[in-house]
Amino acid sequence: MRTLLPYLKPFRKECIISPLFKLLEALLELFVPLIMAAIIDKGILGNGGAGDTGYALRMGLALVGLGLLGFVCSITAQFFAAKAAVGFTARVKSVLFGHIQSLSHTELDDIGTPTLINRMTTDMNQVQTGVNMTLRLLLRSPFVVLGATIMAFTVDAKTALIFLALLPLLTLVVAGIMALTLPRHKQVQSQLDKVLLRTRENLTGVRVIRAFNKQVSEEAAYGEESGVLFALQQGVGRLSSLMNPLTYVLVNGALIVLLWSGAWQVEGGILTQGAVVALVNYLSQILVELIKLANLIITITKALASASRIETVLKQESSMKESAHPVAASAAHRECVRFDNVCARYHGAGEESLTGISFTALRGQTIGVIGGTGSGKSTLINLIPRFYDVSSGSVLVDGVDVREQAVEALRDKVAVVPQKAMLFKGTIRDNLKWGKQDATDEELWQALETAQGAEVVRGKPGRLDEMIEQGGRNLSGGQRQRLTIARALVRNPEILILDDSASALDYATDAALRKALREMETPATVFIVSQRASSIRFADQILVLEDGELAGIGTHDQLLADCPVYQEIYYSQYPKEAV
Amino acid sequence: MSKKTNKTQTLLTVLGYVKRNAGYLVLSLLLCILTVAATLYVPILTGRVIDMIPAALQVQFDGILPLLLQMALMIGFTALAQWLMGLCNNRLTYATVRDIRRDAFAHLQHLPLSYLDSHPTGDVVSRIITDVDQFADGLLMGFTQLFSGVLTIIGTLGFMYSVNWMIATAVVVITPLSLVVASFIAKRTFDMFTLQSKTRGEQTALIDEMLTGQKVVRAFGMEDEVQERFDEINGRLENASRRAIFFSSLTNPATRFVNSLVYACVGVAGALVCILGGPAMLTVGQLSAFLSYANQYTKPFNEISGVVTELQAALACAERVFELIRQPAEPADREPLLALEEPTGAVELKNVCFSYVPERKLIQNLSLQVEPGQRVAIVGPTGCGKTTLINLLMRFYDVNEGTITLDGHSIVDITRHSLREGYGMVLQETWLKSGTIRENITMGKPDATEEEIIAAAKATHAHSFIRRLPKGYDTVITEDGGSLSQGEKQLLCITRVMLCLPPMLILDEATSSIDTRTEQHIQRAFETLMTGRTSFIVAHRLSTIQNANTILVMKDGNVIEQGSHEELLRQGGFYANLYNSQFAH
Repeated sequence: MRTLLPYLKPFRKECIISPLFKLLEALLELFVPLIMAAIIDKGILGNGGAGDTGYALRMGLALVGLGLLGFVCSITAQFFAAKAAVGFTARVKSVLFGHIQSLSHTELDDIGTPTLINRMTTDMNQVQTGVNMTLRLLLRSPFVVLGATIMAFTVDAKTALIFLALLPLLTLVVAGIMALTLPRHKQVQSQLDKVLLRTRENLTGVRVIRAFNKQVSEEAAYGEESGVLFALQQGVGRLSSLMNPLTYVLVNGALIVLLWSGAWQVEGGILTQGAVVALVNYLSQILVELIKLANLIITITKALASASRIETVLKQESSMKESAHPVAASAAHRECVRFDNVCARYHGAGEESLTGISFTALRGQTIGVIGGTGSGKSTLINLIPRFYDVSSGSVLVDGVDVREQAVEALRDKVAVVPQKAMLFKGTIRDNLKWGKQDATDEELWQALETAQGAEVVRGKPGRLDEMIEQGGRNLSGGQRQRLTIARALVRNPEILILDDSASALDYATDAALRKALREMETPATVFIVSQRASSIRFADQILVLEDGELAGIGTHDQLLADCPVYQEIYYSQYPKEAV
Repeated sequence: MSKKTNKTQTLLTVLGYVKRNAGYLVLSLLLCILTVAATLYVPILTGRVIDMIPAALQVQFDGILPLLLQMALMIGFTALAQWLMGLCNNRLTYATVRDIRRDAFAHLQHLPLSYLDSHPTGDVVSRIITDVDQFADGLLMGFTQLFSGVLTIIGTLGFMYSVNWMIATAVVVITPLSLVVASFIAKRTFDMFTLQSKTRGEQTALIDEMLTGQKVVRAFGMEDEVQERFDEINGRLENASRRAIFFSSLTNPATRFVNSLVYACVGVAGALVCILGGPAMLTVGQLSAFLSYANQYTKPFNEISGVVTELQAALACAERVFELIRQPAEPADREPLLALEEPTGAVELKNVCFSYVPERKLIQNLSLQVEPGQRVAIVGPTGCGKTTLINLLMRFYDVNEGTITLDGHSIVDITRHSLREGYGMVLQETWLKSGTIRENITMGKPDATEEEIIAAAKATHAHSFIRRLPKGYDTVITEDGGSLSQGEKQLLCITRVMLCLPPMLILDEATSSIDTRTEQHIQRAFETLMTGRTSFIVAHRLSTIQNANTILVMKDGNVIEQGSHEELLRQGGFYANLYNSQFAH
């Protein structure tokens, strides 16, 4: 909870006012038994046993007045509690969301999307309820219990010792149950993560699941996970539901002792009957508060478990450190990208993905990257915009190590078209503008033309205003691909990276795309990762990767002459007789 | 449907689920009655004890002792009943929630793809996870407090009337006030909770989308803009939540205020009766019992009103899940069903028309006859309907007009199960489930032996990279393949099909992310796989489809050319153009 507390600061006023008014209300309630005792002792038994009607009525009015005051206090408290709880959660959500965005790819790979979603949603709800209830009740309940005890002392110190004995016992029960359930609540939440994962996975893989007729076994697996969740919830429930009966026994046990010792006190003339009634009333107030507290404790325990799950993510620091004194790199530098003996290893992976890569890409050059599946092509280009950090060696963009540059400035220069075409819900225009916020329609169309996507957009009734569903589901793979390429081109980047992004395009479109790229006004330094020799054949330099190492570097003709790996790739696509 | 009947329907559905655990419900109710009765009896005993200690030297000790003993017994008994009741309620709630989740999930398996394709994943997930969770909270509170609340009210009234009817009547007269207040608030909060739920769903959808596409967000430096969008929704949610929470939390103070009125009334009325009527009418002990009843009598109103708002929220959440469950499923298989055991793979399309939305025609009047064992390649520009054709063959979507037959039977007469079992499918969009590599490979054939698995993996050249993973075939991969490259994922998807050897194959850009050297190897494996099997191949790399029996060239939903590679080249049409372009630069 400690990491989250600062976000409660803007609501300091609310956090003070709310419990304060709750306390005020509780304080008012504490007077009620006193007034009632007065009604009995003075109103009924007073006046020599004849009673005093006027007094009883006046005191009755006082009770109503107390009630009204309490009502006003309570509403004030509820309002500020709701404001603080909701406002606090909204801020934490916003901060967590921002934090997730600041995590590097390494951490995202490690933590996983489903659990992040759960933490942003269900856990946040739990925390919100927790804060709200805490502000409303947490101070109130112990205060009433304590207050009732103190009031009992004012009535009769000796009998009140019973209250004093009761307090530690109650604390023990409440704290004990809380300590036992907290870790179990965490288990419940992490099991809920698994259930969420299953649900999500089932949705994203629906075609494959149906094609393989796996619905029944998926259902069974889901049933199992939700069964485990059920069992865990039962376990926690079993412990939590001990709270009420235990406190009930304690308080009523105290009642019996109170009545017994009260009887002796009255017999000895130390106490009046009205005083005993008052003491009994205080005890029953304690009981009522405890029942509330028991429910509250469950809520708070859940909230704490959730809060610590949120904290874990917030505390997860990005393994990628922003340079404290970023160096501005000028685009005038002749060497656009340089790799110096670069090695890279994914977090938790056994082997290095890249080993000892060195090359230099001059401004405006087209660099082809080719190699087998898993040879490290994607890793290589992910290092340029610093999505991952190298494990040794260095990557220089515009002559400056990427680790010394401001990340934002660096990524502004680079546009990536990822392997998996990913679009977002919104219009085509919204999606394209990701590349450049203030792009005009003209610029968008130009990018679309270059990306061979203009025809796609013209074919849509809404043109640029056509809505795209989440992930671009209402488009075909090739359409998505073109739009993601256009999105990158809108940015007019210094470095353009096509990560095997033309794979969903047919040859004709692919060729047209490459031609259009060459003819752009301000030619970018282009990295083309591809399986197809035809896509990279005319690159100024071709990097041939094999098992994370550079198996060859040079132009098509050079490589065809002396790089066996390249030869093999090339002839697998263009049988010798065809060339 | 009006809001009211909608709510009633939701409630009925909830009750239907609760009924499955009716035994626990009955038990819980019984225990509840016992608990309430015992709880109410304790103040009576207390009152009697107090009456036995009127003043100094008048205390009747021999009367007090047995009463106290009785109290002790009652207390022990109540505590036990309370505990058991708690257990029952827990079980009831969580079992209900589990059942709803299972049903929702099961229903997902039968929802038409058109529904799933058009609803954000995050929203559906939010319904099944978050909403159900909220519902559980409300339901549990309902069970624990609603019954005992109502019973306490009834019980207290009974006791009060038995002691003194005048004061009891005074209490009854004030009661409706509390109910009016509670229902007034409840009415207003339901809409607020609905708005809160809806906004929350919207937020979850955004969270889901952006976290899934996090790497793209990063690549374009869109963090700030995305954050802005998030904060906008977050702000709206904040407002909606604050209103919903504040207004619902008014119930408690409001009814508590009514309580204090009741309490004051009982106090004054009791005092007056005592004074005017003397101990014959009402003793001080009885008044003390009355006061504790006044507390106990009104407390349930508090709780009930609290529970009512809580249940409002719970119902709003439940409604969202049920809405999902009530979505019409894929039309059931037509009777009498035909389970094709080993289809030969003769597929025929007759005048098939299909479009996703009526306004935009896609496939029109498509006819095609495929003999068993034939290889059909489908080529054409982006968006020409290639993938749609596959959606129809697998019956992910149903045709609008025309028929598709398999072995002479219309595919709507064949069980979906046996139809889909007949196909092995590899899509361009790879999908792997979280689990071990082995689990992923054996999806189509769970009982495959180790040898079969390795043989299949070797055939697709996946074996060598799997072997290099930390735990080989038992390496656990995270959702959607995690750190595996696109090509490696694709190899696993191909191995999956290689293992179960169905009579028909659909390869939609199956090798687009695999390097050509590996592809050549796989191609050989595919070659073996395709021999004697009807196959549909969508590919851009024309080299992979040259030896297809028939090549369909599609454009704008129509087949514009059809024939073998050589025939089409000779025609010199669209295909020939396409083919030659890969050598032109």
